[in-house]
Amino acid sequence: MVDIQSASQMTSWLVAGRTLFLTIHILGVLFFAYIVAMRMVPLLRGQSDFRFDQPLVRMGRVLKFWLGQWKHPRYRTAGILHIFIFAGFITLAIRAFSVLIVGVSYNFVMPGLAGRAGPIYDIITDYAATIVFLCMLIAIIRRLVFKPARYAVPAKFGKAHTADAIFLLSLIAILMMADSLFAAAKAAAEQGQSVETLAAFSLPWILQRALASSSLSALGKFYFAGYLVHEITFYFLLCYRPFGIQFHVETSLFNVYFAKLDREILKPVRYGVSDEHLDQVKSFGVKTFTDFTWKHMLDFYSCADCGRCSDNCPANAVGRPLSPRFITIKARDYSFQHYPVVGHASNGTPLIGNKDSGSIYSDDEIWSCTTCGACEAECPMLIEYIDKIVDLRRGMVDDGNVPQSLQKPLKALESRGNPYGKMEKKKADWANTKEFQQTCPVKTIGKSNGGDTLYFVDSITSYDDRMQSIGRATAKILNHVGENFGILGAAERDSGHEVRRFGEETLFMALRDHNVEAIKASGVQRIVTADPHAYNALKHDYKDVPPVEHISQLISREARAGKIKFNPIENQNSVYAYHDPCYLGRHNQIYDDPRDVLDAIPGLKRVEMTRSRDRSFCCGGGGLMLFYEPKEDQRMGVKRVQMAAEAGANVMVTACPFCMVNIEDAIKVAGLEGKMTAIDLTELVDQQIARQGPDLKEEQAAEDKECVVASSNRLG
Amino acid sequence: MEILVCARRVPDTSENEIQLNSAGNDIERDELVYSINEADNYAVEEALQIVARVGGTVTVATVGGEDDEEILRREMAMGANHGVLISDDAFAGSDGRGIATILKGLVQKGQYDLILTGIQAEDGGAQVGGMLAALLDYPFASLVNSIEVLDGKELKVSREIEGGNKEISEIDLPCVLSIQTGINEPRYVGMKGIRQVASLPIPTYGASDLGVDPSAVGEAGAKVKRVDYFVPALGKGAEILKGSREENVDKVLELVTAKGGLK
Repeated sequence: MVDIQSASQMTSWLVAGRTLFLTIHILGVLFFAYIVAMRMVPLLRGQSDFRFDQPLVRMGRVLKFWLGQWKHPRYRTAGILHIFIFAGFITLAIRAFSVLIVGVSYNFVMPGLAGRAGPIYDIITDYAATIVFLCMLIAIIRRLVFKPARYAVPAKFGKAHTADAIFLLSLIAILMMADSLFAAAKAAAEQGQSVETLAAFSLPWILQRALASSSLSALGKFYFAGYLVHEITFYFLLCYRPFGIQFHVETSLFNVYFAKLDREILKPVRYGVSDEHLDQVKSFGVKTFTDFTWKHMLDFYSCADCGRCSDNCPANAVGRPLSPRFITIKARDYSFQHYPVVGHASNGTPLIGNKDSGSIYSDDEIWSCTTCGACEAECPMLIEYIDKIVDLRRGMVDDGNVPQSLQKPLKALESRGNPYGKMEKKKADWANTKEFQQTCPVKTIGKSNGGDTLYFVDSITSYDDRMQSIGRATAKILNHVGENFGILGAAERDSGHEVRRFGEETLFMALRDHNVEAIKASGVQRIVTADPHAYNALKHDYKDVPPVEHISQLISREARAGKIKFNPIENQNSVYAYHDPCYLGRHNQIYDDPRDVLDAIPGLKRVEMTRSRDRSFCCGGGGLMLFYEPKEDQRMGVKRVQMAAEAGANVMVTACPFCMVNIEDAIKVAGLEGKMTAIDLTELVDQQIARQGPDLKEEQAAEDKECVVASSNRLG
Repeated sequence: MEILVCARRVPDTSENEIQLNSAGNDIERDELVYSINEADNYAVEEALQIVARVGGTVTVATVGGEDDEEILRREMAMGANHGVLISDDAFAGSDGRGIATILKGLVQKGQYDLILTGIQAEDGGAQVGGMLAALLDYPFASLVNSIEVLDGKELKVSREIEGGNKEISEIDLPCVLSIQTGINEPRYVGMKGIRQVASLPIPTYGASDLGVDPSAVGEAGAKVKRVDYFVPALGKGAEILKGSREENVDKVLELVTAKGGLK
C-alpha cells in the first residue's frame, strides 16, 4: 500500500511549497511586527508609569497569575476551560514554531527534542491539540447555547461580541485541525516504517485512521493542505488578534508582569512628580486618551472581554450606568479608532462628555464607582480600574465638572474639615455628654497630656448621631482593655479618604497635611480607628504617621490574650452574618479578625453570605458617596440585605460606619424592618463584654437610654 | 460682551450655626466660615457661559475689605478674567442705596454691556441690583433664570413668576439683571484652581478712584439703619406623627393635600 519512497515523497510535497511558505512567513511576520508597532504608538504617547522595579516579585506574579492562571477557577467552568486552552497553547508553542520552520527547512528539529524527548513531546502535543480543539467546540457551544449572562452586551454599550468570539474560536479550532491533519497525513504515509506513533485517541490519531486507506498522492495533498491551512490560519490569527479581544494572548504576559504591585496605594496624580511639585502640573487627571499611562493603555489591550469585572460590580448590579468591562472595551475601541493601523493618529476628544461629539464616557458612569475593588479582585489579567476611575475624576474636578450634590460637602470639607459643615469645636461632642464621660472618660490629646494611642474617629462617627454610638462603643472597648488613649477632637479633620477617591487631590492633601501635623504633635505611638476608610487613608494615603490598626484587629488580639471575655448571646434566635466592608476586607485583607471576634462570643450563631470575603458586595459606598445621587434601579444596600436574608441571617454585623448607614437604610427600604437588624462589631462587642464590678447593669441601662436618644436624629 | 458681576461674601448658612451676639444687634461672627453668596456664584457661572458662547470678559467686583478678596480669587479660579475689590473706610456702614452708588462709580469707570447680580444676598434685601439699574438709568430684570444673547444689542431673558410660571422678555443692552439660583449648574472650584490664581493682581478701588462722594455713602449717607436683630421665638406648628408607618403616610398625604400641595 505504501511504498518505501513515502518519506521522501512527502518531503517533496513540502519542498515544492517552500517558496510559498517562506513568502507567507515573511509577510506574516512583517505584518504582525507592523501592527504591533502601530499598537505601541499610543503607549509611547501616554503618561509615564514606573513599573520596572522588583523583577523577582514581578516574575513571581507572572508564575502565579499568568502561568498559574490563579484567578481563573473563580469561575469554575470558564476558568477550567481556559486553563486547558492556555496549557494547550503553551505546550503547542514550541511545536508551532518548529512546524513553521519545517516548512522552510524540512529536516529541522527543535533543539532539545532531537533525542528521546521528541516523541514524548509529540505525544503530549497531540493531546494538547486535541484538548484545545475540544475546548473550542465547548466554548462555541457555551456562546451559542448556554449564553452566560456576563457575555451579553447591553444595548447602550453597542452590539453583541458573540460573532467575533465564535469567529476567533473557530479559527483556533481550524488551526488545531490543520496541525493534526499535517501530522496525521505524514504518519499515515510513513505507516509501518517509523517507530513514532501518534497519541492514541488524539485528533491526529483519529485523522490518521481516517486517512489510512488514502493513496500516497492524496496523503501528500492532505499533508500540503494541512500545512498551508495551518500556516495561513496561524498568521491570520497572529495579525488579527491585535484588533480585538484575543490580543490578550500576546499582551497578557506583559500586563501581568507590569501589573501594579502596591494596589492599595492610589496612583499619584503624575508618576515621578512629588506633592511639592504638583502645583507645576497644569492639568490633573485623565481628560483625553493620552492622559492615561502606558500601562493603563496596555490594560485596555489586555482585556479578554470575559465580563467577570462587571459581573461582580455592585454599581452594574443595581443598574448604575457603570460597567467596568466597558470602561475598558470603550477605551480600547477608542484607541483602535484614533490610533489606526493604517492612517493618521488623532487624539484630543475629551473622553467624558457628549457621545455625539466623540466622547466615550458619561459623568454619571464615572461617579457611579464606589471604588469597592470587586472588579480588580476578579480580573484574571490584573487590570486596574480604581486608579483609572480616580484619574478620570481628577480630570473632571480639574475642569470644575462636579455634581452639585458633591460640591456642598467638598466646600464644607475645605472650610470646616468635614463634609457636613459642622463646627470643628463640636467634633468631640459624642464623647462629652456628662453620663458618658463619667463611665468612660475620653481625653482630647493636647501637647501636655499625650496618650499612647490615638483613636482617630473621623467625621461620620464624630457627627452623625447614629454613628456616634460606634465611637462610644470603641472608646469603651479601648477603656476596657486599658489603653491609654485619646482623640484629637477639634484638631482632627476628615481623613480625606473619599475626597481623594473622588478626585480632589489638592483638598485631600490639605486635609492629610493638617492631620499628619496634628498626629505628630500629639506624640502618640499608634493609631486605632473603627472606620475602615480612615484606616485605609492613614495606612496607605498618609506618610510618616505611627502604625495604625483597625479596632477589629485590636479586639481580636485582646480576646486571644484573654483581656476581653464575652457574655454568651442571650437571644437564641439571632443568626449573625458578617458583612465585609470593602476597605477592611478587599483593600486590606482583614477578613479573619472580625470573624474570629464573632466566633469568640459564646452562643453566637454565624452564617456566611455567598458573597463574602474578597467577593463581598459593596453596601453602597462611603464618604462622599453618601451625598452622590446616583441613577440606579435599586440600592446596593438593599441587594446586600437580601443576600444576608437568603443566607438565613437576621443580624448583619459590619465594621464600618458607612456600611451601617447604608445597611440600616436598606433594611427599611427592603421592608425587612423587624426581621433584620444591623449592628457594628464594636457595638456588639461592647454589648457582650463581660465586665467586672457591681455597677454593670446600671451602666448598661444608662447607655441604652443614651443610644435611643442618639438614634432619633440622623445627618442627611 | 463685557460683563460685570457684583458679588458678596456672606456667612455660609449651611456650615455655620448662626447665633446672636451678646449685644443683640448682630450675629456672633467668631468662628464663622464665609463663602460667596450662592446666587452671586450662579451669576458668575452664567457670565462665564455667555462669554464662552459670544466672547468677551468677565469682571467680578465686591464692596468690602481685605477678607473679601478670597471670593474674588475663587471666582477668578472659576474663570473670571478680572477681580476688583472696592474698599474704602468711607464705605463702611453703607445701606443698599450706598452700595448701589458705589457700584455705579465702578460701572461708569468701565465699558460694561451687562451687569449681573445675584437675586439677593443671603443676609441682604435684594435691593442693590434694582437700585443700581435706576441710578445708571439702565433697564433691569430680576429673578432671571435664563439668558440668550440675541444680536449683541439685546438679550432675551426668562424670569420666574410666582407659581412656577415663566415670563420671556427682550431687554436692551446695557442692562442690569439679578440672577435666580438654579439658572445653571455652577462649576466646581477646587483648591488647586484657587492656588493657581493666588498671585494674580486684584486692584483695589477707593472712593476717589471711583469718583464717589464719600458723604453720599457709608454710615454718613445711609438712610436705612438696622435697629434690631433677633431670632424669632419658635412657634407651634410642628406636629409629630406617632402612628404606624401606614397611618403616618396616610396622615401626611391628608395634610399635604389639605394645604394644596397635592391636587
